[in-house]
Amino acid sequence: MTLIKTHLGRRSFIKSSALAGGGLVLSFSWLASCQTEAAREAALAMPDEWFEINGFLKIGENGRVTIMSPNPEIGQNIKTAMPMIVAEELDTDWDLVIVEQAPLNTDIFTRQVAGGSQSIRQGWNGLRMAGATARQMLKEAAAQAWQVPVAEITTAMGVLYHKASNRSAGYGEMASAAAKLTVPEEVTLKNPEEFTIVGTDRKNVDGLKIVKGENLFGVDVQREGMLIAMVAHPPAFGMKLQAADVESVKAMPGIRDVFPITIYPEGSERQWSDQGAIDEMVAIVGETTWQCMQAQKALRAQWESATPPESTAYHEEALTKLLNTAPKQPARKDGDVEKAFRSAATVVERTYSAPYLAHNPMEPMNFFAHVTADKAELLGPVQTPESLENTLASVLGMPKEKIDIMMTRQGGGFGRRLYGTFGVEAARISQEAGVPVKLLYTREDDMSQGTYRPSYKVRYKAGLDEAGNLIAFHVRGAGTNDDLVFENRFPAGAVDNYLAEKQALQTNVTTGAWRAPRSNFIAGAEQAFLDEVAEAAGKDPIDFRLELFDRAINNPVGDPVKNDYDPVRYAGVLKLVREKANWDAGAPAGVSRGVSAYFCHNSYVAQVLDLVMEGGRPKIKKVWCAADCGIVINPLSARNQIEGGIVDGIGHASYSALTFRDGRPDQTNFDKYRLIRIGEVPEEIETFFVDNGIDPTGLGEPSLPPASAALANALYKATGTRLYTQPFFGSQQRIIG
Amino acid sequence: MALFNLNINGTERQVDVDPSTPLLWVLRDHLNLVGTKYGCGIAQCGTCTVHLGAVATRSCMLPVSAVGNQPVTTIEGLSEQGDHPVQKAWLEVDVPQCGYCQAGQIMSAVALLKSNPNPSDAEIEGAMNGNICRCGTYVRIKKAIKMAAAEQAAGT
Repeated sequence: MTLIKTHLGRRSFIKSSALAGGGLVLSFSWLASCQTEAAREAALAMPDEWFEINGFLKIGENGRVTIMSPNPEIGQNIKTAMPMIVAEELDTDWDLVIVEQAPLNTDIFTRQVAGGSQSIRQGWNGLRMAGATARQMLKEAAAQAWQVPVAEITTAMGVLYHKASNRSAGYGEMASAAAKLTVPEEVTLKNPEEFTIVGTDRKNVDGLKIVKGENLFGVDVQREGMLIAMVAHPPAFGMKLQAADVESVKAMPGIRDVFPITIYPEGSERQWSDQGAIDEMVAIVGETTWQCMQAQKALRAQWESATPPESTAYHEEALTKLLNTAPKQPARKDGDVEKAFRSAATVVERTYSAPYLAHNPMEPMNFFAHVTADKAELLGPVQTPESLENTLASVLGMPKEKIDIMMTRQGGGFGRRLYGTFGVEAARISQEAGVPVKLLYTREDDMSQGTYRPSYKVRYKAGLDEAGNLIAFHVRGAGTNDDLVFENRFPAGAVDNYLAEKQALQTNVTTGAWRAPRSNFIAGAEQAFLDEVAEAAGKDPIDFRLELFDRAINNPVGDPVKNDYDPVRYAGVLKLVREKANWDAGAPAGVSRGVSAYFCHNSYVAQVLDLVMEGGRPKIKKVWCAADCGIVINPLSARNQIEGGIVDGIGHASYSALTFRDGRPDQTNFDKYRLIRIGEVPEEIETFFVDNGIDPTGLGEPSLPPASAALANALYKATGTRLYTQPFFGSQQRIIG
Repeated sequence: MALFNLNINGTERQVDVDPSTPLLWVLRDHLNLVGTKYGCGIAQCGTCTVHLGAVATRSCMLPVSAVGNQPVTTIEGLSEQGDHPVQKAWLEVDVPQCGYCQAGQIMSAVALLKSNPNPSDAEIEGAMNGNICRCGTYVRIKKAIKMAAAEQAAGT
């Protein structure tokens, strides 16, 4: 067992003032005696009273437990996984747990962010401590009640035991007393071998509500007196509002108010989450969504150019120019690549590119806000509530204590809701209009408003000696508002002569983090390139990579601390997928097979993809995926994340693109912006996790980046054609299956 | 504005709305049936799928004036307890990630199984092609549909 200091903030453990009353003392242990249906029903009933043990959890007198899930739920299933960790250390029965989404509360919780696949990794210790602390307090309460040493108290499934005197009590019986105890300064954590909840399949805690269509999401919020708000954003990047004919639409049915609005008053402070914010727009406030949509369509506004409108042709040309220009400073330089290329027996050079992408969560941006002179209440889907609160304090001119932010379940995020400018818009509209509003974007608003995945280009050059050893590697990348290259990632550290260069093209088309930022493109480019280099070296693509990892393990180039990967774990997932896919036996007749691997967001993933050609079209038969994310909290949903990431990676690389003319996106809805559909996904995805007991890392992103190269490499085997430009199929071809 | 008498989930409901109002917004804004979702407004994503009679229909482009006396079933009308075989299969397979599209997916799947109790993979793909899942849960959706089909076959 591990003894650790409880360094949670003191306020995490402030006792609820409502706890003065004593707990119900029960004559038997609920769980130990739940042999009849009636007893079980009683145990699962809502308690009469809750005892708050700490900011993460409260226990009812009947033993039910409410666990707060601190981070925003965007589909990554942390609303199930984070409470599982608390429940594990509390040592209760998962069936007794009720999960609630915590509001933003910076006194109790840290990093209430959904982003970077970090919720589980960064939440792990705090969540364990919250559960372990509560368990310790329950044990102390039982020890006092029974007048026995606390060391003799054991727990299991929500029951306290003193074996020597044959006594037991459900947690509910001791909850009242436990809530009054001093928080222990040290607690003992379980060994991973003792886990009974973590590492087991647990269904989505909102599953029943989802399949019943219950009110869960931001768009579903209904409040007394609430009106609908919509906005008219500038129609093109680089434009700003000049004038709007608001009177003509004010008279439309159901429309209460139409007004130009400055979202960020002069001098207000912005957070990083406000990048891409639009300052001025027209607000429409009305009774129903349809009425507001009609008014938005009818509104005539004049917009003027503030900066020149851009086009895809311009972005392409400018990025190509950057690729042909050496930046002043390399991002990383080991050895002498120029010299090594001159002595190389073989040189391979390839350029890869990808378009802008919209995030397109199925639930469009929306937020409820009710701002009065005294307070601001916000409720909706946002990945960064703390940043939103900081912005609101400045924009609304209101201390943070008067701003309440609550998160709904979120209909996808993919990075889009990191930029909570829609929450700021809702609050400002409510403040100006003096009514509670629910702001809703149409799909067209959502897809044309920006913070896109940048457009990218990258050129790779590799030099091989006569034995097929990689002796030189040069990567130069560029992106719109983003410099793309991770200079210390693989194969840095595995090649003597290595040069990484990166540059960004400043543009007025706003960009932001899109699921697995940068990795979502560069992983596919790098892994497709390495496939080609391995072929040029006459080596098996897995052997070729493993040789490089061996070099990084045994004799790393440069300071190994600088290399942003663990070559042992990286090689580990490749070896695992090689074994599971039976790679060494070769692909069955008629099947084309590709491999890819990547490390990002602290987790390692390798994939093997099999496809067959049917009627000239590729059909993906199976993807094997090996992942190393340390301890897997919930394998059932972890596999779901892996599967979704693979489908997402294949889908966007194959089909999706956002192009621009005169500063406007050509695609503003799903008729022109293509997303992968059910007939185009792999028939089967099988996932294997490395079992190493290492503290967990995240899975929201890591399975996406390598998928496009697994596909491209398999397609090359099938067709003899390498794919360098995304989307691979544009609007033309369908991958069947 | 005009009065419309609608049969929603077996109950007569009256609404006074502009005849052009899509059924989606009548359900969501006027009848507080929010399980049916807005995703695109142009019948391309399927999140707004309901049944008109027995047919899966995109409610975002269907004016309320076109509903007439055809009965409408929404996700809320599928079962009281969430125990329709398709809902049960969805829970068993643990299909949802974000969950936003799933009501529409389930309504399309229920309509499919009504007309074709034992669909092939190709038939599932054909019937579900209009429903986008941005989280990419398609592999599980297929599995759940097959599970529900098997359960229905066993139960009859």
